[in-house]
Amino acid sequence: MAAVDFNQQAVAFATQAETQTFLKPLNQAGLELFKAFPFPTRKTEEWKYTSLVALNKDNYNQAIQTSDVEDCEPLYSIADLNANRLVFVNGVYKQTLSNIEVQQGVTLVTFANATAEQQSEIAEKIGQVAETKRNLFTALNNAKASDGVYLNVAKDVQVIKPIHVVHVTTAQANPASAFSRNLVDLGIHANATLIEQFVSTDQEQNVLLNQTTEVVVGDGAKFNHYRLNSEHESSLHFGGVYVDLNRDSQFESYQVLLGGKIKRFDILVNHCVGGSHCEMKGVYLPKNKQQVDIHSYIEHKAPNCTTNEVYRGIMADQSKAVFNGRIHIHPDAQKTLAELSNKNLLLSIKAQINTKRELEIYGDDVRCAHGATVAQLNETAKFYLRSRGISAQEADIILSFGFINELLDSIPLEALRIKMRPLMAEQFTSDRELTKHILTDGESA
Amino acid sequence: MLSIKNLQAKVEEKDILKGLNLDIKPGEIHAIMGPNGAGKSTLGNVLSGRADYEVTGGTVSFEGKDLLDMDTEERAREGLFLAFQYPVEIPGVSNLEFLKASVDSIRAHRGEDPMNSVAFLKLAREKCKAIDLDQSFLKRGVNEGFSGGEKKRNEIMQMMMLQPKLCILDETDSGLDIDALQVVAEGVNSLRDPNRSFIVVTHYQRLLDYIIPDFVHVLADGKIVKSGGKELAFELEEKGYGWIEESTTKGA
Repeated sequence: MAAVDFNQQAVAFATQAETQTFLKPLNQAGLELFKAFPFPTRKTEEWKYTSLVALNKDNYNQAIQTSDVEDCEPLYSIADLNANRLVFVNGVYKQTLSNIEVQQGVTLVTFANATAEQQSEIAEKIGQVAETKRNLFTALNNAKASDGVYLNVAKDVQVIKPIHVVHVTTAQANPASAFSRNLVDLGIHANATLIEQFVSTDQEQNVLLNQTTEVVVGDGAKFNHYRLNSEHESSLHFGGVYVDLNRDSQFESYQVLLGGKIKRFDILVNHCVGGSHCEMKGVYLPKNKQQVDIHSYIEHKAPNCTTNEVYRGIMADQSKAVFNGRIHIHPDAQKTLAELSNKNLLLSIKAQINTKRELEIYGDDVRCAHGATVAQLNETAKFYLRSRGISAQEADIILSFGFINELLDSIPLEALRIKMRPLMAEQFTSDRELTKHILTDGESA
Repeated sequence: MLSIKNLQAKVEEKDILKGLNLDIKPGEIHAIMGPNGAGKSTLGNVLSGRADYEVTGGTVSFEGKDLLDMDTEERAREGLFLAFQYPVEIPGVSNLEFLKASVDSIRAHRGEDPMNSVAFLKLAREKCKAIDLDQSFLKRGVNEGFSGGEKKRNEIMQMMMLQPKLCILDETDSGLDIDALQVVAEGVNSLRDPNRSFIVVTHYQRLLDYIIPDFVHVLADGKIVKSGGKELAFELEEKGYGWIEESTTKGA
């Protein structure tokens, strides 16, 4: 197959795009930004450890050919989760698979189905939080943005049901790209929960999913966020979550990322006004030859804000992960308390983790703690388990799972905890005999 | 039950056990005492098959089977239990999950079905109560944040759950105050049985006031240099280990 030029094709693809009229200004600006980006190589700091060579082997800058898929509900159904659900297949909204219950003070609508008034709100808000200077895929998302989810919550309103936005990708006859967008605006003292779930059919994937989420959390509001990536291991995912925190607001985010062919996730949180809190917990579990690349950026721009960031990764086989945690404390951000912890477990000598923290601190009355570790399974702990009759294989699985269990247990939504446990256990083995004890622990006993 | 003949072992190229002999019959309690560095802890670790300990000679037969030929987990399933001197903290793995996995593997080895969760939880709670451990410990990480005494009680609790044939207590008394020591001793005594044997490794005679041994052996420089009844422990306490070293040097 002849080599292709991703950027050149992307520009052509974006130019011919049929998007919504009210999004044209965003698309235009995005395209101009994208044109200025060089294609990342190993020398590009932001992409140092994640090779994008695969994107130049096939032409992914082509339209989705079909978004029909049968029986995809089991892929994303979460038992006992009573949620408003919006399902997209290859970036195309599927009304028949979705279910939205109207609540007073809550606007929950897709861009395409929005009223003219809502569309002008969207046009006004979109692109305000997403950072396009670092990541060419976010610029490209702006250029191609067409449909997505708009959530607007009025002052003092607590959204009763979690909002479950599902992205399914399927195999296409030819490689293609799908684009999607979430736009969230929480009013003063509002409260909402968003679950972003990414799944795929169990077949070799050739859709590049480019997804961007923008969130504004109003004064005293709270936003609960989940991002669950459990697509097929051949998936290509470029995701970004961008959050502005206003005065005394809270953002709580749980991220679980299994590996893919290329999986890149950026999360940027801006403490904009003061007194806000950001709590982020993430787990990444690549295996085989999968990759995961997580870049987190926390911008402390205002005083009295706190951040607590905990990421743990387990790399098996020949997999590879990147964790880049940046915390930037601006001169005005006095009394900042920021903590970042990143612990990694390597299960094989061929597995790889590149962990890096970037701390830029300009305030002089701040506390910023950080730590990163890379380790293998603890042999003493393994001996202890075996000395109680537990097989070496089961001991490995119990200990690996134990490494991420605390983060899993801290997920507030029980339905998600129950959903995630077996999914994560399956990452270590498909032998149910070996996972039965980690799946029936004290809670259920 | 256990027959150790001329056992030799080394750790990191250093010879620790240099020809140890010991015979244990069902129902017996053997105390092993000795100065620091004599090889007391090495004995427990070698018997349970720890990888860093290399056996360089001798044989160990456990109920007629070659113990040294088995993996650590096989030894446990056959009924050998080591109560650790320093129990390991394993955050993220709950005590209950760990115990269930352990009990199930041992039951499976005996051809028994796994216990159902309800019966298992009931049993675990009973044993916690018997050893004065709060039930909340079951849900906590294995030994995570436990005090020294709680860790030791947790070892005995596991022993009670697993009902082993041969229990090796590796300095279980170290770091325990007198109250905790009594609780631990009561737990051990409750397991005394004509078919169950104990090896109690200790530096001090104190523990043997509560767990009365049938035999006391003195381990020095990798060998058992003196054996006797429980009165030997008192003699050691009175005269110190120097007395043994002197008498054995003279004898040699």
